[in-house]
Amino acid sequence: MMKQLTWKDLPIGGVIVEPGNARKNLTGTWRTERPVIDQDACIRCRICWMYCPEPAILELKKPYTTKSGKKYDLTYEIDYDHCKGCGICAHECPVKAIKMVSEVVG
Amino acid sequence: MEIAKTLSIREEIVKERVGLTSNYAAAYAVKAVDVDVIAAYPITPQTTIIEKLAELVANGEIDAEYIPVESEHSALSAVVGAAAAGARVFTATSAQGLEFMHEVLHIASGLRLPIVMAVPGRALSAPISIHGDYQDIMNAKDSGWIMLIASTAQEVYDSIIMAYRIAEDNRVLVPVMVSYDGFLMSHTTEPVELYHEDYVRKFTPRNLNRLKLDPRKPITIGVIASPDWYYEIKYQVVNALKESRGVIKEIHGEFNKTFGTNYDIVERYMLDDADYVLITYGGASSGNAKEAVRRARERGLRAGVLRIRLFRPFPVDEVVSSIKDAKMVAVVDRALSPGSTYEGPVFNDVVTALYSKGIEKPVISVVHGISQRTMLADDFYNLYKTLDEYARTGEYPRKTIFLGLRG
Repeated sequence: MMKQLTWKDLPIGGVIVEPGNARKNLTGTWRTERPVIDQDACIRCRICWMYCPEPAILELKKPYTTKSGKKYDLTYEIDYDHCKGCGICAHECPVKAIKMVSEVVG
Repeated sequence: MEIAKTLSIREEIVKERVGLTSNYAAAYAVKAVDVDVIAAYPITPQTTIIEKLAELVANGEIDAEYIPVESEHSALSAVVGAAAAGARVFTATSAQGLEFMHEVLHIASGLRLPIVMAVPGRALSAPISIHGDYQDIMNAKDSGWIMLIASTAQEVYDSIIMAYRIAEDNRVLVPVMVSYDGFLMSHTTEPVELYHEDYVRKFTPRNLNRLKLDPRKPITIGVIASPDWYYEIKYQVVNALKESRGVIKEIHGEFNKTFGTNYDIVERYMLDDADYVLITYGGASSGNAKEAVRRARERGLRAGVLRIRLFRPFPVDEVVSSIKDAKMVAVVDRALSPGSTYEGPVFNDVVTALYSKGIEKPVISVVHGISQRTMLADDFYNLYKTLDEYARTGEYPRKTIFLGLRG
């Protein structure tokens, strides 16, 4: 939770004086469905990373070997602190390696 | 002594005395303060301001960017952008143009940009009217702008100079609108004393000590604010307008000292012993009312005029102290608030001001001069007589009087 500044403390005009501070806004709480990447099905094409509007797809230098023995230098993971669950990644994934899983109970 | 001092100040400061319309006076004030960016779209009766400015820029007499845009929405948006980058800006409009700007009015004040705009007031369509009244600016009264209403071409010139100081003051940083009568002032010629520009520029030094777009120090202007933040940021505008009253008075005082003038945020005319007070704004209403004071006083009525010069923020203390001893007051509005308790918008401000001080006072709401319907000095004289009758009988109407309305 960000500090709730008073009207006296906020910069006037709603100006943001600290560049890049949107990352402090944890938009992950807006989500009702979470994207889950199947690392074995993922072909590392980077399309989800390009399409994500947040951007909440993390491109990590983390080697991964699939069950069938294919080796990758990169792994794509989700930044769940900022993913709003819009589902664009799942929609765009050419190999259907991303599934949207409900986070709503009942 | 005082007069001699004023005369000597004026002798030094005044460059020339010329015949100007209020629109040209506005343009010459913009030239005198040295702006960086002008964006405007022509509309009657504002057009001659921006025609003159286009000429001055084209002739190299003003070193500014002149952006001829495709609409008023774009005109104000362009100066919003320029002001955000630290430029000194000017625009002007009237009537439908101000309505078309309306959403950007709130953006300009919300972003706290020191924009100055001239608005010769005009009636709103429908039916189509190009003639003057104050319907346009009254519809903008809640947009978070400081609003001055001038009554002479000289006052238009002086007010625009003051407007830059007010808008750019760090204790204010709110856009300022300078309004005056469409046609009756915008297109009529009066003598105006123009100042040597050195004095004007010394009075209005650029104040760039504010948050602005600068690639060396990146900031974001124009963000979305969630409900957790919006309220506080809008309250800052409320507070800025509240606090600006003192700063505006202070700048008026400094202007008077520098230029040998005598402005206040209200103008009190023969009020000291007045039983009957007409509250007016703009040129024609106030001029007629002052002439009516002469006629009324010749016939033994103690009449006076209170002219509202600063309309937003509303000069509550000055209004209340000016009328508190009067027997009967009438507010003459040149705009309509259909469906309000009373249909005169400034009347509503006056009675709220009295209420805020716990004062009960008979105040009459009068509407006159809509779409420049002719107002005669005798109409105002008759109002004083009417107020006298009301005061004698103790009976007065609890609804707006529409002067000159047929039927």
